[in-house]
Amino acid sequence: MLHHAWIIPALPALSFVLIIAFGKRMPGKGHFIGVPMVGLAFVLSLVTAGQWIARDTADNPIEALDDVSGECSKTPAMIESGELKIQEKKKSADADKESAAADSGTDRGTDRGTDRGTVELAAAAGAATPVAVTAEDGEPEEYTRPIVSCLGWYTSSTTDTNVHGDSAAATTPIQMTIGTQVDGQSVLMLLVVTLISLLVHIYSTDYVNGDRRYTHYFAFLSLFTASMLFFVLAENTLMMIVGWELVGVCSFALIGHWWEEKPNSDAALKAFLTNRVGDIGLLIGVITLYFGAGQTFNIVDINTLANQGQINQTLLLVSACCLITAVMSKSGQFILHTWLPDAMAGPTPVSALIHAATMVVAGIYLVARLYPVFYHGLQIEGSSVNLLAVIGSVTALFGALLGFVQKDIKKVLAYSTVSQLGFMVAALGVGAWTAALFHLFTHAFFKACLFLGAGSLSHACDHSFNMVDDMGGLRKIMPKTFATYMVGFLSLAGLFPLAGFWSKDEILAGTGGLNGDANGTYYFVLVMLLMAAFCTAAYMTRTVWYAFFGEYRGHGHPHESGPRITVPLIILATLGAVAGLANLPKKFWFGIEFGDAALAFEHIVEPVGVYFPGKAQNFTHAEFNGTLAVIASAAGLLGIGLTWAFYTGKLSFLEGLASRVKLARAGKTLLEEKYYLDHLYTDVIAGGTKGPIARGANWFNTNVLDGVVNGAGRTAVATGKWVYTKIDQGAVDGTVDRMASVTGATGGELRRFQTGRVQQYAAAFFAAAAVMAGIIVLMVGG
Amino acid sequence: MLLNQFLLLSAVLFCIGVYGVIVRRNGVLVLMSIELILNAVNINLVAFGTMTDAAIGQVFALFVIAVAAAEVGVGLAIVLLIYRNRQSIDIDELDELKG
Repeated sequence: MLHHAWIIPALPALSFVLIIAFGKRMPGKGHFIGVPMVGLAFVLSLVTAGQWIARDTADNPIEALDDVSGECSKTPAMIESGELKIQEKKKSADADKESAAADSGTDRGTDRGTDRGTVELAAAAGAATPVAVTAEDGEPEEYTRPIVSCLGWYTSSTTDTNVHGDSAAATTPIQMTIGTQVDGQSVLMLLVVTLISLLVHIYSTDYVNGDRRYTHYFAFLSLFTASMLFFVLAENTLMMIVGWELVGVCSFALIGHWWEEKPNSDAALKAFLTNRVGDIGLLIGVITLYFGAGQTFNIVDINTLANQGQINQTLLLVSACCLITAVMSKSGQFILHTWLPDAMAGPTPVSALIHAATMVVAGIYLVARLYPVFYHGLQIEGSSVNLLAVIGSVTALFGALLGFVQKDIKKVLAYSTVSQLGFMVAALGVGAWTAALFHLFTHAFFKACLFLGAGSLSHACDHSFNMVDDMGGLRKIMPKTFATYMVGFLSLAGLFPLAGFWSKDEILAGTGGLNGDANGTYYFVLVMLLMAAFCTAAYMTRTVWYAFFGEYRGHGHPHESGPRITVPLIILATLGAVAGLANLPKKFWFGIEFGDAALAFEHIVEPVGVYFPGKAQNFTHAEFNGTLAVIASAAGLLGIGLTWAFYTGKLSFLEGLASRVKLARAGKTLLEEKYYLDHLYTDVIAGGTKGPIARGANWFNTNVLDGVVNGAGRTAVATGKWVYTKIDQGAVDGTVDRMASVTGATGGELRRFQTGRVQQYAAAFFAAAAVMAGIIVLMVGG
Repeated sequence: MLLNQFLLLSAVLFCIGVYGVIVRRNGVLVLMSIELILNAVNINLVAFGTMTDAAIGQVFALFVIAVAAAEVGVGLAIVLLIYRNRQSIDIDELDELKG
């Protein structure tokens, strides 16, 4: 399966076509195709993951990059042919210093990486032969071999020259390929996407049962799954753009599933248009990288070159910033997050699949995929602030704060998603690559569980999501939903030993605020994330209180949902509880060591090799930090405790605070108005531009365009008149008339000669003959 | 030279013929004048033929006489028909082709 991973996205794509073509005529209206197809895709993903894990443990020296076929990627071939050479470094510090001086900073890691081979340009390194790199302690390092297979679909003529203008590349035609890249990261996402998609498919057969566009709904679920898998497996950035746009389209279609109601179609449009803002950044970033990496879209190529310091750092910075714009829109980062809460207008399973677990993490995935670009472009290592970290941590806190004032349970969860995505972006920003992906992994499960739980609640409560007015006291009526929701909630709040605890703690440790073994010292990020963790626990307690405790405030008789809803919930809750075991730290509290089970996730998922920051680039992994874990857990518990105390009436001095204290009221209003961002976009930016633009356009229209048109009209009329009088009447008609009158006059003159008298004719004849004879006599005889 | 006298004779005959054709009103007389012109030509042909010792001049003259006989036949028939229609052969009155 590793070489034929294309089958996995092809299955849901086929399912989409089949559902569109035959779904309406089939029993089940389409889910009999969609569910098995996605189930099959999930099984194949499991197989792929198994093969990947079995394969990854082998010791692979660097030249084993031959799993990347030559037509897909040039750089591994260049390494083999010696153009990019791997040189073994001596362990002595002197040799390091010498080479650092010789390299003159082409490889920033050289002087710090004490015992790892570095890669240098052949020209600089002289005649070094490629040697398998040895790691510390003399053991061979395990290298990840991404399995890239591809198919060329376009080859340019050979006369193109690349940006460097070097002759070797000048004769190499530019090749565009389509293919798959299977490595730990894509295998991880394959599993997450197919599993959650499968559960959401099953859940949907009950949840949207009887909907008027049931078939259409399942078709788009399949299409979305296919697009997301396409994006995940993409082997080059061009394919990533295609997948990125496809999931955007599916998101648009599914948010607007009930488009008959204006707010829903507005939300769909808002999601689509907000994403377009980021898409521009994505395009520019990808194009910049394309030229920066010597005209290649291939991810391995770009990463290798960026990691070897062969792409200009400014260029990397520019493309990283452009790509961050894309991440901001797709992954709901502050200030482009506004579409994500509105996207809750779609059906709940869609929110769980697209707007919590998979599509919104596309941005995280993109950054993780092109991580060397960000790592070197933003100079993450050794720093204490950068754009990615700031955006992530601000989003984490500000998104969490917005969760406090929403009545709609799904919107609370949406802001929670925004906040958690902020955690992941911040983790990538501080260099905690594995932590970010680990959090992505665990978050997908417990957040999907929470969303589906909210859907189950609304299914019971007359399709309302208003937890303040229409829910309450549901814990006894819906015990399964309650239990699963609680697991998701505690996991999200980061309580030991649930999944959220491990992943959140790894991110916090990765900031390096308390421990020195991280990639930098990001105090700002640490503080923001701790506050966000506190807020997360608090607002989630609020939803639990409103939904499950107190008296039932809605109408009708709520009931527990059927098995097709509760079984996916139970599966997701279980995963949300135990997924954290995938990446246990090496050393835990009380001196517990997990041994071989530790860091399994990191070993399987994180790439090691020339195309990823390693020790040569001073890339480190923060270890578990006991103090930090205690602080984070305390923040979570404090959030839960305080909120609980507030709602059970033990903190009565806080009640009505907003109506008594001016500052609190201002804060609440600010939150209720969502930081006025919607006003900013709709009224200030859209309104502010459309007025002057409309007036300007009107002025332009009346004065310039109309002037041009009118002038053209008048000129045409004048020209026409002139042509009519002068040319048509004067010249053409005049000529014709003149010819007629001349002919008439000539005829009139000539008719006098035609007397009808034969003898006159004869006289003329003889006279003429005489004249002719005279002429002949004169000419011949003369 | 003897030829000169023949040519002079034919020239005189020709001029008389032309005069007759242009001046005479009587259709028959116009036809007769045409005969004079033709005979003037015949004289020329015979004279030149004799001068060059070639029989072709006389052959041509005979040919002209034969054609002239046919022409006179047609011409007299026309005159006869004109007379039948108009009770006159005055060709001055025949000006219906006037433009």
